[in-house]
Amino acid sequence: MTTAQQTVPPRRRSARRPAKRISRAVIQLFLLVIGLVWLTPAAGLFISSLRTEEANANSGWWTALTAPGRLSLDNYAALLKDSGIVQAFWNTVLISVPTTIAVVVIAALAGYAFAWMDFPGRDWIFLVVVAMLVVPVQIGLLPVAKLFGALGLFGSIPGVILFHTAYGLPFAIFLLRNYFAEIPKEMLEAARMDGGGEWRIFSQLILPLGRPAIASLAIFQFLWVWNDMLVALLFADNESQPLTVALQSQMRQFGSNIGVLAPGAFLSLIVPLIVFFAFQRHFVQGIMAGSVK
Amino acid sequence: MPATTSAVPPATTRGGPPLPPGGTPRRTAAAPARRAVRRRRRIAAVFLFPALLLLGALVAYPIVFSVIRSMYDASGDTFVGVGNYTQMFQDPATLRAIRNSAIWVVFAPALLTGLGLVLAVLTEKIRWKTAFKLLMFMPMAISFLAAGIIFRLAYEQDPQRGVLNAVTVGIHDSFQGESTSFPTAKSRLGDKQLTKRPDGGYRTARRTEPGQVVNLGLVGVAPKDMPHGARPAAGAAGASAGHGELRGVVYLDFTPGGGGKPGTVDRGERGLPKLTVEAVDSRGKVAGTATTAADGSYRLTGLAPGSYALQLPAKDFAPPYEGIAWLGPALITPAIIGAYMWIWTGFALVLIGAGLSSMPRDVLEAARMDGANEWQVFRRITVPLLGPVLGVVFVTMVINVMKVFDLVYIIAPGPVQQDANVLALQMWLVSFGGGNNQGLGSALGVLLLLLVVPAMALNIRRFRRSQS
Repeated sequence: MTTAQQTVPPRRRSARRPAKRISRAVIQLFLLVIGLVWLTPAAGLFISSLRTEEANANSGWWTALTAPGRLSLDNYAALLKDSGIVQAFWNTVLISVPTTIAVVVIAALAGYAFAWMDFPGRDWIFLVVVAMLVVPVQIGLLPVAKLFGALGLFGSIPGVILFHTAYGLPFAIFLLRNYFAEIPKEMLEAARMDGGGEWRIFSQLILPLGRPAIASLAIFQFLWVWNDMLVALLFADNESQPLTVALQSQMRQFGSNIGVLAPGAFLSLIVPLIVFFAFQRHFVQGIMAGSVK
Repeated sequence: MPATTSAVPPATTRGGPPLPPGGTPRRTAAAPARRAVRRRRRIAAVFLFPALLLLGALVAYPIVFSVIRSMYDASGDTFVGVGNYTQMFQDPATLRAIRNSAIWVVFAPALLTGLGLVLAVLTEKIRWKTAFKLLMFMPMAISFLAAGIIFRLAYEQDPQRGVLNAVTVGIHDSFQGESTSFPTAKSRLGDKQLTKRPDGGYRTARRTEPGQVVNLGLVGVAPKDMPHGARPAAGAAGASAGHGELRGVVYLDFTPGGGGKPGTVDRGERGLPKLTVEAVDSRGKVAGTATTAADGSYRLTGLAPGSYALQLPAKDFAPPYEGIAWLGPALITPAIIGAYMWIWTGFALVLIGAGLSSMPRDVLEAARMDGANEWQVFRRITVPLLGPVLGVVFVTMVINVMKVFDLVYIIAPGPVQQDANVLALQMWLVSFGGGNNQGLGSALGVLLLLLVVPAMALNIRRFRRSQS
């Protein structure tokens, strides 16, 4: 009886530990499989982008894993010689960068006004901006197309920029206003006491203090515009179309165009991936803050 | 005048805290104060102007415009009231888009939140969780277009190209046995020996007794379809059969380069490997089964005396298993939802993971100390405490899913685009993609807006609560 009592607890503990270790191993294996599943489709496209058209037509990309010597950068070289694609790449840059700057500047100004200035109807106007957070871009397509047509902006890069800027603003203003509102009141009052004008307070106090939120916003906004297809599909013409639109026009003959589409897709996603890895922290924060959208 | 006013206010404000009432003459104090208010408002207006101009012209005005436009017909000349809205539910294409959008909203957010929750809880238990989260989150950074191309390739029907069907066929074959079959093979026209059966297989017309050699010639296999391992059949064709044994070769009765004689195994003619050969007894029952070797030879042993017909069953000629038509009309929507989950699971995982790590550890530990098992802890403590985060993820996904456009546009091949149609895509197709009905298009835009109004109200309520 006494021996039994002595032996039971250790046995139970030792029985539990391997069980725990096994369950941990199972979890690790499960997550490893999930990770592989997540990686495979992208790896497939990447490897396909390094294979010849003939190889892609005759066998799966996974066969290249056993014979990696046949892979080459020829598709990329050909792509970079394609003036249409190169032009589209630069158009993407010419659309995303100005949009990002415009959104940050305009939203910072408005965010500061909403957070720290006193004017009639302030809270109501801000609520309207909050309501605009979820307005789908689809509702703007047709009316703005007509408006831009009348203004001569339709089918041009400035038109695309304007549209993106407008639809980026609600989130941007929301994010920055909330961040600016957290700045201690005393700091602002002290600055105002010192006779600082609103411009000076804005540029020398608010902007430096708001840098983390502005960084998140800028990254988020940049990626959003860089990755857009829908807006540019309507508002950009052949000369001003970004990479996404140029590539989607090749989708009709998917099978025979894989030699252009695969490297093209990687050309279009390499910039977002660099931004992602360079600014992971801001990126994640931006996404989390933007989850209301 | 300007000189004096600019001199006065700094003097009073710099003087410090609020002016004592009545300390200075009321009239002169009120005027600069009012002017200061007006000046501040003017500055506020300058700060707000660019934002309000863009929001007004490109967001607010389009909403009003769309609502009005949605009450006119395609050309915009005739007022039709709610005509476009009733048409929406009668037009089969739009109706299908609405139905598909409903499928999206019902399944995608719930699946994403569930998967995100499970992964977040499991990720807590491993050491490489940062790397794992990073990997899962990466698709968030890339465009729907790139993701669409990635999955269009992964979903390709041909198992020689699409990785998903390569895996499906691999699994199928490992359970069903790899079937090397020759779907195009047939008996030579006018062949009296082999006759086709209704099920697609072939059977010899003449019955044979054990101890015989029977060579079965087929035609109709293109040289490129011949397996690389197929070897010349002539050697095995001349072998002799033992007691209770039927043997021979199944071969391609075609001599590359010409010169062969029909019905005989000529030099250079190759055997058809891995085919099933059956011996059928006089009652029609299969008495023996063999599989052909690389040179096409088969050997049926242990046959009781009697007469047998030789049969090549239908599966020798069945087309090989081709996997699943992911991009076909039946599965296109689930397939695109799968691609969507590939993109957004990382979002759910990271958000829920953040909620998990801010959860009070001691509550979980206390529950474990009290003897609760992991499942009970998960059900009774983790999930309820995570409620608000799960709600945010779910609502965010509902809003996003209702606007899904690019992924459907990219992944669905032209012929099945209608089967994959969703509201946002239909709005596009009707307005710009050939439909050219801006009245119906506007109505669809307004419908999309109405669908996100609950989310709008939720945002406003959440914001107001956070302010009070």
